[in-house]
Amino acid sequence: MVNKRRGSRKRMYMKMVSSSLIRRASRLIIAVLAIAIGATILSGLVTIYYDIPEQLGREFRSYGANLIILPRGESKITREVMNSLRSLIGTGKIVGMTPYRYQTVKINEQPYIIAGTDLSQAEKNSPFWYIEGEWGNVMIGREIADTLNLRVGDTFTVQGVKYGEQAEASRQDLSAEENQRRDSARQNFARKFTVKGIVTTGGAEEGFIFADIDELDKLIGDTFRADVIECSIVADADELSALCSRIENEIPELQPRAVRRLTQSQDIVLGKLKALVLIVTVVVLIITMISVYTTMTAMVAERRREIALKKALGAENKLVISELLGEGVLLGLLGGTAGVFLGFEFAQRVSLNVFGRAINFQWSLIPVTIAVFIAITVLASIIPVHKVMEIHPAIVLKGE
Amino acid sequence: MSSKILELKNVSKIYGNLKALADINLSVNSGDWLSIMGPSGSGKTTMINIIGCMDTPSIGSVILDGVDISKESAANLTRIRRDKIGLIFQQFHLISYLTAVENVMVAQYYHSMPDEEEALEALAKVGLADRANHLPAQLSGGEQQRVCIARALINSPQILLGDEPTGNLDEYNEGIVVDIFRKLHDEGVTIIIVTHDPEVGDAAQRKIILEHGRVILQSKI
Repeated sequence: MVNKRRGSRKRMYMKMVSSSLIRRASRLIIAVLAIAIGATILSGLVTIYYDIPEQLGREFRSYGANLIILPRGESKITREVMNSLRSLIGTGKIVGMTPYRYQTVKINEQPYIIAGTDLSQAEKNSPFWYIEGEWGNVMIGREIADTLNLRVGDTFTVQGVKYGEQAEASRQDLSAEENQRRDSARQNFARKFTVKGIVTTGGAEEGFIFADIDELDKLIGDTFRADVIECSIVADADELSALCSRIENEIPELQPRAVRRLTQSQDIVLGKLKALVLIVTVVVLIITMISVYTTMTAMVAERRREIALKKALGAENKLVISELLGEGVLLGLLGGTAGVFLGFEFAQRVSLNVFGRAINFQWSLIPVTIAVFIAITVLASIIPVHKVMEIHPAIVLKGE
Repeated sequence: MSSKILELKNVSKIYGNLKALADINLSVNSGDWLSIMGPSGSGKTTMINIIGCMDTPSIGSVILDGVDISKESAANLTRIRRDKIGLIFQQFHLISYLTAVENVMVAQYYHSMPDEEEALEALAKVGLADRANHLPAQLSGGEQQRVCIARALINSPQILLGDEPTGNLDEYNEGIVVDIFRKLHDEGVTIIIVTHDPEVGDAAQRKIILEHGRVILQSKI
């Protein structure tokens, strides 16, 4: 029986609160709109705030590797060690992981360096390289192309000594044919390549030949041994520093070196952007609260007679206040819900326009944003709603 | 033998230098129908506010159902008003976003527990059974006032207080409302009405006339 009575009172409470909003639709639309706009900007900015490090981190990765891995001592890095490194970092964090093996070769009896690498990973690590032709096996630096007068599609022959073999120097007392025969001997290699692309970077890369590392290994008769691994990792300076420590501890054969210039720039830009978003968020929050405060103040003012009537009928202040706060909660719920989805749309557009990447919908934002906006609405309503206590039914309801 | 439901003893209400009510003595028995008349500014509304627990006297005491309410706190007056008084207003004061039956149920909600069946019965009693689900804007002035009467009666108050209840009605609707009062009086409801209208005033069993805050005439009709 008691439950039935409570249920009946609760139903009437809900009826009054919902009817007040639904049957005064024009007021409802204005109030919900004010809250929804605030919630949209706020949830959008929060989405961006949490997505910026990821978005900007990946953006910064286009400036090249931020972690250089060298072998400790005289040894080189084997494929097993590189795989261990990949597992330790975690594939989700790796934008590109490019091993390099440097091998001295001769072209037209002149020494050059060929860099064996994973070309697909190199492309991810160095999207800023300008390639005339296309990425592929093999590419030559602009400097070499100019020296040897090579163009895309031209062929050239590289020669060298196989891994672990001794080179025999050309002798002046022997004929050119004899020297050539000695170069073609079992301990040497020679291979004709076609230029797929010419690399222009404005840096040291223009003096290298880039070939697939597995083909280079085969050519020199050795297994995978990298001189260096360049990694592009999605991480800030602190995370990178922690990662370096983990690598040093867990893979002692490696010496990690964070590229500080890049990571520091990334952190500075990120810090400033996050601060900016935070400031805007706080400002929007305050503006929303002011807007809700104004709306609720107007609502209480224009409903003085209704409030006075309720008090005349015997409603205690707390009961009338709870009804108005109930309306506030409902407004917050409607505005917050609309704001979550509109905010995601807003964040998505910002992300696509600024970073050129889509963002994932954060489901956890739904309850959080709604709860925050209910709290904001209730908080902003407290002062206007307390004006109920100043309303005197005898004064407000007197006849004319 | 009817019991005394209300007694005003030497009641004065003073605002600064103005005496809105001056030394009023009045007693009302259960089942009485009293009308309070007088020109504007004579203190009628002040008096009804004090009787209706919406104001307190500056001097004197007001005994309502055996309890002196003249020194009660605002919260206690709210509770007493809720339990013992039914209010009818000149401007009806219905809640615009609630239907007629919901407006009646609001008074139940603040009093104890809403009961739609009872609320519909109350509306039927004032001849509005078929208008129960209409919003106030869809009702005529007379119908709105009848909803207001149903709302005032729903919690079976000890006194029904009306402040110019026919002030905003045409002659036809005024007649309907006075007939309702007459029926309620016959049922034993105590009615106190403030009015300008001599016809409404004369319909009562007793009337008092106020002028400058004093009772200048007290008569049985």
